[in-house]
Amino acid sequence: MSSSAPLPDGLVAIVKQDCPTCVLVAPVLVDLAGRSSIITITQDDPTFPALADWVVHDSDLSMSWHNDIVTVPTLLKVENGTPTSRIEGWDREAWEAFTGMTELGPELPDWQPGCGSLSVDPNLTDELSVRFSGSAMTSRRVEIAALEDEWEAMYDRDWSDGLPVVPPTEARVLRMLEGTTRNPGEVIAIAPPDLVECTVEKIAINAVLAGCRPEYLPVVIAAVEAVCSDEFNMHGVLATTMDVGPILIVNGPIRDEIGMNSGGNVLGQGNRANSTIGRAVQLVIRNVGGGQPGGIDRSAHGSPHKFGLAFAEDEEGSPWESFAQSRGFTAEQSTVTAWCGGGPTIMVDQLSRTPDSLIRHFAKSLLTSVAPRMALMETVLVIGPEHMSRFRDAGWDRARFVQELESHLAIQTDDVLRGVDGIDEGAAPEMAGKVISKFWPGGIHVIHAGGQTGLFSMAFGGWIPPPKGSVCTTKEINR
Amino acid sequence: MTTVLDPTSESRAEQRELVIRPESLDGLTIGLLDISKPRGDVFLDRIEERLTSMGASVNRYMKPTFAKPAPIDLRHEIATSCDAVIEALAD
Repeated sequence: MSSSAPLPDGLVAIVKQDCPTCVLVAPVLVDLAGRSSIITITQDDPTFPALADWVVHDSDLSMSWHNDIVTVPTLLKVENGTPTSRIEGWDREAWEAFTGMTELGPELPDWQPGCGSLSVDPNLTDELSVRFSGSAMTSRRVEIAALEDEWEAMYDRDWSDGLPVVPPTEARVLRMLEGTTRNPGEVIAIAPPDLVECTVEKIAINAVLAGCRPEYLPVVIAAVEAVCSDEFNMHGVLATTMDVGPILIVNGPIRDEIGMNSGGNVLGQGNRANSTIGRAVQLVIRNVGGGQPGGIDRSAHGSPHKFGLAFAEDEEGSPWESFAQSRGFTAEQSTVTAWCGGGPTIMVDQLSRTPDSLIRHFAKSLLTSVAPRMALMETVLVIGPEHMSRFRDAGWDRARFVQELESHLAIQTDDVLRGVDGIDEGAAPEMAGKVISKFWPGGIHVIHAGGQTGLFSMAFGGWIPPPKGSVCTTKEINR
Repeated sequence: MTTVLDPTSESRAEQRELVIRPESLDGLTIGLLDISKPRGDVFLDRIEERLTSMGASVNRYMKPTFAKPAPIDLRHEIATSCDAVIEALAD
């Protein structure tokens, strides 16, 4: 905290009347005032410990707040308005050494701990942080009338994705900003489609709307950075008439630190971090970037995952290096990967006991990804633990998995030409007699996640592969 | 009363007047922008025929990909060398 509330120079005591230790040492303070020079700053009662010119009332608690007073009584030595040393509570020996006086409070016990400073009272800290730190935030203040329902007011102002949003009061946004060490004014990205500067503060406000906890904020910031990159092409992701949206995959230590789900119902509801991180990113695009359905968002059907989808990889249960490690990051780094895709479909296989059988069956499913006549696509596969055990037992690594899968994903163009099987959609006639791949090289991304029981995996349909469409983009998460 | 912080960019899109609709196409230069979706060319070839027969001259342009906004240089070129533009959007 800054010292924008300078203290008087010399010996200073900070006390409150509502503290038995302060009441205990009151005679000592009176004694010190008589014997030398001391200023006593009182947090509550302006006449405590005495009605005197050496007692100053910290009526707005600014001196206590800005000088990080956590305990009363606190004794300070102050030079040029700034404390240079301090002791807390009552300890005769320490007080005598600190003040250079002897015979302080001879009738008092030798030692008694202090009480909490009023400036750190949990009932007051929100109000105080708004009072003293709120000016660091530059967003427009919007007043909601007392008779207005604040939740309805959020809808009325068009700030919601259709679900209720948490009103972003100054206190809530300040608390959210505690989740990062970044300056509220730092520009994180140029948010499409309106191409406006998106600051940490704006991201924090939208994270409040979404229901995030402060510790999720670094993930949201990194995800906004990823989706607003030129490579990810959020403008195109919005503007397409397909069903796609950003899908966020979180790796590294932060998954556990913020309690993300990588297990049962991993792609579903029920986990606050999973549910709100993706939503916060979508709200940033909506509110800051201006990307709204019916505006730049021209999706014909949309998809449930466009409310926001984020999930974590089950790294500990995986026989492979993590998804992030496969993309060049270390196990110690926390990362978020943004990938543009449509809704997931299930791949059921309850009978395969060999990796070869299972991979062949996966391939059959994947040949229909997006549509059987689409080729050179991209996919994210979420392999469930029971399916993964087939590959673990056989010693297949990630590279082997992808290589074997690709070997079953070749398409004879003659089978998918326009008109074949009575279907007009298909490859152009000049493509006849060729072999093409269902997915472009590098277009299969594999993640391990899901519940411990269930011989299922999930596959996300892709969009237009790089470089024309969207590039899978990973950013490190920094607090 | 509750005070909340504005989650939007707090900016408003600049309003620009449309140019006056030309009374005739005679002697005008019309830009035809193909966004590179399949068969956009079929549509624009026919439009070019019609426009040319009405006395307009036609400049053809193409976006590198339909999945991204047209590059600014392309937009500038169209704006400075054409009187009007027709964009072929869909398949």
